This record gives sequence, C-alpha cells and structure tokens, in this order.
Amino acid sequence: MSGRALLLHAGVIVLLALLQFVLPEYFRLQLTRVMVLAVYAMGYNILFGYTGLLSLGHAMFFGAGLYGAALGVTEFGLAPPAAFLAGIAAGLAVSAVVGVLALRTTGVAFMIVTLMFAQAAYLTVLYFGNVTRGDEGLVLPPEARGFDLLGLGFDLTDLSTRYNLALLLLAVTMAVSLAVVRSPFGRTLVAIRENEPRTVMLGYDVHRHKLAALVLSGTIAATAGAAYALMFAYAGATFASIQYSIHALLWTLVGGAATVLGPLVGTAIMFTVIDLASGYTTASLLAVGVVLIVIVLFFPRGIVGTIRERWAPWLP
Amino acid sequence: MAAVTLLATSGLAKRFGGLVAVAGVDFSLRAGEIRAVIGPNGAGKTTFVSLVSGRVPPSAGRIHFEGEDITALAAHRRVRRGIAYTFQITSVYQRLKVAENVALAAHSGMASGRGDAAAGLRARVARALERVGLADRAGQPAGSLAYGHQRLLEVAMGLALEPKLLILDEPTQGLSDAEIEGFCALVRSIAAEATVLLIEHNMGVVMQLADRITVFDRGAILAEGTPAEVRADPAVQSAYLGT
Amino acid sequence: MSFGPHLLLAVLEGTVIAAVLALTALGLSLQFGVMRIVNVAHGEFFMLGAVVAFWFSQLLPGQPAAGFVLALVGAPLVVGAVALASERLVLRRLDYDPEATIVATIGLLFILQQLALTFFGPDARPVAAPFNIRVPLPWFGFSGYKLFVVVAALALMLAVWWGLTRTRIGLVMRATQYDRETAEAFGIPVDRVYAGVFALGAALAAVAAVLIVPIRQAHYLMGVDPLLLSFIVVIIGGLGSLKGSVVAALIVGLSDGIISVFFSPTLAKILGTVLVALVLVVRPRGLFGSAER
Repeated sequence: MSGRALLLHAGVIVLLALLQFVLPEYFRLQLTRVMVLAVYAMGYNILFGYTGLLSLGHAMFFGAGLYGAALGVTEFGLAPPAAFLAGIAAGLAVSAVVGVLALRTTGVAFMIVTLMFAQAAYLTVLYFGNVTRGDEGLVLPPEARGFDLLGLGFDLTDLSTRYNLALLLLAVTMAVSLAVVRSPFGRTLVAIRENEPRTVMLGYDVHRHKLAALVLSGTIAATAGAAYALMFAYAGATFASIQYSIHALLWTLVGGAATVLGPLVGTAIMFTVIDLASGYTTASLLAVGVVLIVIVLFFPRGIVGTIRERWAPWLP
Repeated sequence: MAAVTLLATSGLAKRFGGLVAVAGVDFSLRAGEIRAVIGPNGAGKTTFVSLVSGRVPPSAGRIHFEGEDITALAAHRRVRRGIAYTFQITSVYQRLKVAENVALAAHSGMASGRGDAAAGLRARVARALERVGLADRAGQPAGSLAYGHQRLLEVAMGLALEPKLLILDEPTQGLSDAEIEGFCALVRSIAAEATVLLIEHNMGVVMQLADRITVFDRGAILAEGTPAEVRADPAVQSAYLGT
Repeated sequence: MSFGPHLLLAVLEGTVIAAVLALTALGLSLQFGVMRIVNVAHGEFFMLGAVVAFWFSQLLPGQPAAGFVLALVGAPLVVGAVALASERLVLRRLDYDPEATIVATIGLLFILQQLALTFFGPDARPVAAPFNIRVPLPWFGFSGYKLFVVVAALALMLAVWWGLTRTRIGLVMRATQYDRETAEAFGIPVDRVYAGVFALGAALAAVAAVLIVPIRQAHYLMGVDPLLLSFIVVIIGGLGSLKGSVVAALIVGLSDGIISVFFSPTLAKILGTVLVALVLVVRPRGLFGSAER
C-alpha cells in the first residue's frame, strides 16, 4: 500500500483526536456515536463492499454484540471488559452459524435468508421481553458505568473517556480493514466479488473465504454493538430490527462501498442529515428513502468511491 | 516413449434431466501430449471437460488424475492438484488490471507448494505475461483489452497456475488468422511443460497442433487416434467431417 | 369452546388470511417472475391500498357498500399509478439490476411509509364492511364478509391466471419472462411489459388490502407483515412459480391461523421465519419450484 494512503488514514484518526478539544459537548457525544456506528458499517463493508455479498441481516450481529454485552452485565453480573468480550463472542458464534447456513444460497436468496434470520432474531428479542425488556430496552445499572483495567480506572459516564474509547475502537477497526484489504485474503475476496466462477477455477476455496469474510464482518459488527451497549448503558430491540440492517447498507453506500474510509464518511453524513432533518420535521425516514434512491441512481460508488474514481485511484 | 497416464476417466456420464450429455466415456491422456477434442455442437465436449475440471458433478463414472481418484474432489482442489481450465466464454476480472488478474492465478499456484518463495510471485506474473505477449499491457484494466488479448490473458492465467494439465475450451474462437498463428506457437511451447487438452473447432489448428485427436459424437467417443488416422477414419468422415 | 369449534374457527380464519396473502404474493411473484427483481416496497403498496381505501370510503359517508366498491376500483388504480411512476422514474433507470433495485425499493419503502405517517397519521383507522351478514355454522355464526373475501380473492386469482394463459397480453408476459432478449428480438416491447407488470403487481397488493381493511384496520406500518409473509409464500412456492405461490399461501395462511389460535403469535412467527429461511437454504428453488432452465 502506498505511503500516502497510510498517512491519510492516520491523519483522519489524528484529526478526530484533535476535534475533541474544539467541539462543544453535544457534537462530541454525537461524534462518539458516529465512531461506534462507523465500526458497525466498516464491518458491514467487508462483506458487502469487498466480498460483494449483500446482507440484509447485519442488525442481528450488531444485536448479538449489544445483547451479549448488556445481558452479560444484567444477567451474569460481568464487569464491562468481560461483558465486552462476551458480546464479541456472541457475535462470533451467531455469525458462524448464520454464515454456514446462509452461504449455501447466493444472490437474492442470500439477501432474503439473512433478512429472515435477522427478523427471527429480532422477534426472539421481543419474545423474551421479560429479560430483554423488548422495545423499551435494557438500561445498564450504575455498577457497569466504570471499570478498572491494567491498573487504570475508566469512568464510562465521562464523555472524554467514551470519546477516546470509541476513537480507539475506530482506529483498531480501520487498521484491521486496511490489513485485510491489502492482504492476499482481501484480494481474493475482491476476486470473488468480481468473478466467482473464475476464482473457483483459479483454485481458491471460495466458500471458505466467504465464510471467513462473513464471520469477520459479523464479529466487527458485534464488537460495535457491544461497545455501544456499554458506552451508552442501553440495549433496545430497535437496534436488532430490519431498519438497523438497512442503516449499515445505507451508510456504506453513501460513503462508498469497498473503500476503507467510506463507511465512516457515510455514517457521519447520514447521522448529520437525519439530525438536521429531525430538527425541522419528523420525516427523517423520508430523508433516508430519498438518499437511498438518489445514491443508487446517481452515485452508485458513494462519496469516497467517486473521489477514488475521479481523483485518487490510490485510495484503498 | 514411456507412456505415463496423466488423466483417465472410466464410464464417465452426465445427464441433465432426461438429456444425456456425456454417456459413459472411457478416456485416457498421456503426460506430455497435446490432445484435441473435436466433434459437432452438442456432442458433449464442453460437458466432458467440465466434468474433468470439476465444475459439474458427474452422474456416474470415475476420474483419475496422476493415478488418484479425484471424482469427489471439489473443483478448486483439482486446480491445486494441477488441472487448469480456461473458460470458453472469456472470463477475466474485467475491472482489475491485467497483472492483477495473473497475480491471482500465480498466488493460487504458489500456495499449492509447487512454487518458489513468495518473492517469486512478481517474476511468475511477468513470465506468464511475457509468454503470451501482454507484458507491455500489465497495468491496463483487463476489460479495456481487445477480445483477442483477453483470450491471451485467460491463457496467461492458466500458465501462471503452472498446471500439469491445461484445458483450453475453444481458445481460438473469435481470433484473427494472425492471432491464431501466434497462438499455435504458444500452445506448442506450453506443451513442453504441461499436458494440453484442447477443445477446438478450427480443423487447421487441430491438425497442426494435436498429437492425438478424440472425436466426440452424441456424448460418446466416436474415434481416437493421430490426426492422420482420424482423418482416414470412415466413421468420422461420415459423421463429422462430412467428406 | 372445545377443540372442534376452535379448530373450525382457526381453519376459517386461516383461509381468509391465505386468500388475501395469495393475492398479495401473486403480485410479488409476478414481478419477480417476469422482471427478475425483488420489490421490497411491495408491503408498502399493500399499505397504500388500505390507506387509499380508507380515503375513498370517507368520500361516501354512511354508504359503506358504495364506498367499498369505490375503494375496490379506485385504490388499485391509484396504487398502480404510483407504482408505474416509481418504475419509470427509478427502476427503469437502474436497468433492473437486482441489487440496485433492492436498495431503491428499500428507499421507496421508507418514503411511502413516511408519507403515510405524515398524511394519514399514526392511528389505525377502520373501514366499514360493505355488508353485515352472519353465516350460521354448527357452533357459531361466521362473518359473511370474510367468506366473501375468500371468494373474491379466488375469483381475482382465476382472472389473473386466465389472463396469463389465455390472452395475448399474458402470452407476451410469459415470453418476456422466458427470455428477455429473444422477446425483444421478436418485437415485444419489453420495456412496457415491465412497467405494466410492476403496476399490476402493486395493484394486486392494493386489492388485497382493500379486501382486508374491513377486517383489519388501515395503519401506516401494516405493510411489514404482508411483505415478509409474501416473501415466505413466494419462496416456499418457488421464486417465480405462480401455482406454487397459491399452494404455499394456503399452507402459510392456514398454519398461521391455526398456530396463532393455539400458540403465542410471536413464537409462531419466529418458528415460521426460521423454517422458511431453512427451506431456502436447503432447497433454494422452493418446495414446488422446478429446476432452473
């Protein structure tokens, strides 16, 4: 990978680190959310952008992390670091099982199968309402609002702590994405996206690669979910709904599928658009719908994708 | 010449619903030869090589490669064992660069353990492109190549796998006469390292290149032999050559 | 009530659901079969049909029968026109690319849902049944209107089937479904066939919705369940197979009716959804779908 690409991504992280000293509190909180949700979208992008598999069920993986962590706290009394790991483990398990089943299908059937599994998962959250509190959601107790790790005390009610933890998570995910994209594994994923039969006939185990991509993608989404639950002390069924699966798709598309920075850009922009729109009307869904259609009609490559196509072909 | 059997099929058959595409074919291929498979359209040639390469599962019969039964082996594993297949309809990565196309093949070929160190990847790509004469177009997107060059890229990808058996499905289709001539020279040079199984309609190419010819008709082998023998075979003449 | 009456009630309710579902799924199946697209906004066309039916019924206050007939004619026309417009303005420009179409129809879903919320409001609103007759059965009386729904849905499906198999338009549609390029070569205006099929599919969902609103009220979120159930029906029946869809609608509708009489509806939905996903995993062409040509 070219040095300037590495420099650009490091620059974005540094910029985000510096922003916390100038932004007012409200925007710092929003940006914290954006960073965590961008991790979700970056996970989605590995499967959708690089591997070319359109899943309509990623909220199920985000939800697995969210509830894995939240229930870890409320049901099993785990400390936040352990609950975080529990969320990731839940995402790993769910994505492995769903991957093995759903990857037997391709194309439209894959979308529908992931949609249906996710819907079943969402309904399951509602069904066990006495534990998950359904739509109303779980609020984490005050004990889970802080933890000690490596001799350091973390206070999760403190905005700066949350901001920097979110930034750390984003930086790690970005590094993972970059590493994947430039690795032989990542190049094989792109090959599968571009021409699956040819890739089989070059001797690649396409099924294993797709499964690995799905599990990685789902686990990153779950990591975002676990972080979200612990940072904002809340887990609600909405996060597991179809709409949230579509959000991941939307953010990735807006920013640019198969670009490392795209999901972050897309999440930030859509968050701002909806934030602004809901200031004037309640019609935020309308904005989402219109943006989706405008994107597929006029900017199928998204913002970063268009920049790469026109001006910066070196962007990973 | 000590004949080592590279590939052998016994009773190999494929039915699609009620249609019998390949009907119990016993076929064997010696290491190092150039074998042409000819026959009228619908004779089952492409289905036959698809069975060999593993793209289509057989309805009956066995396939042996280097003495081992590979009937149940998945297509990608057969490629790793050394069976490379180039598509009849050009199937390159249109949006990737020419060199990237070949690198994907080279990387796969090296992972099988028959290649040298990882540093050799670039050399291997360069070598394959050099042989087909596309070295100066390495940085171009594959989709921007002319049709004939895309066919050559297909072959380069096959070469970069460094296969033991290279299956070419109608490689000269759509090429100009000059391109065909260059192509024949290329196949002859490939034959020094690999066995070539060639489906071909152009009889000039077949007669010029093939050590032996297998004639397919209605899913079965009608005749087999040297070009001279096949040309003289009355059954072939009446069924296929039409003279 | 004991088991017998319970079961009869469940079967009757299930049949009503199945009839409406079959009609809705038929629209989705037609679109998938002919155009090879998955229309995620299908449920919203259903919802729109119900909302428009409510408005039409308001035009003639105090005359439920006339209002219903007006809705039955008007709602499919309005919904068909909306579908036609979205097909011309969006889907056609995407050249019916499967993935882009899914994304675009998701967008359409949000837009329609939001417009309904803005102009129709968050409340569920009833439409009066055109007539109130109770049909006496061994244990209880059953709504005559519900039986009418079953008959009407059946009649409409027969009409569509007749149109597909016996008319020139149907022939043209089937030719397009079989092979788009060849159809084009034979001078079939594939472009207009697609527009027509998309509008017809949406209109069928709208008719189904008009039939159901006297039983279930109109609501801006009512499109979600029909969408998922239609998917289920079309998948079990085999993507693109009309006959399969009708059989599958009967199975799904009846089991839905029976299961929700005896079990928790959420649990029934979970099990149903997982089961269908597994059907698709094991038999990607559905239980009744024939091998791909």
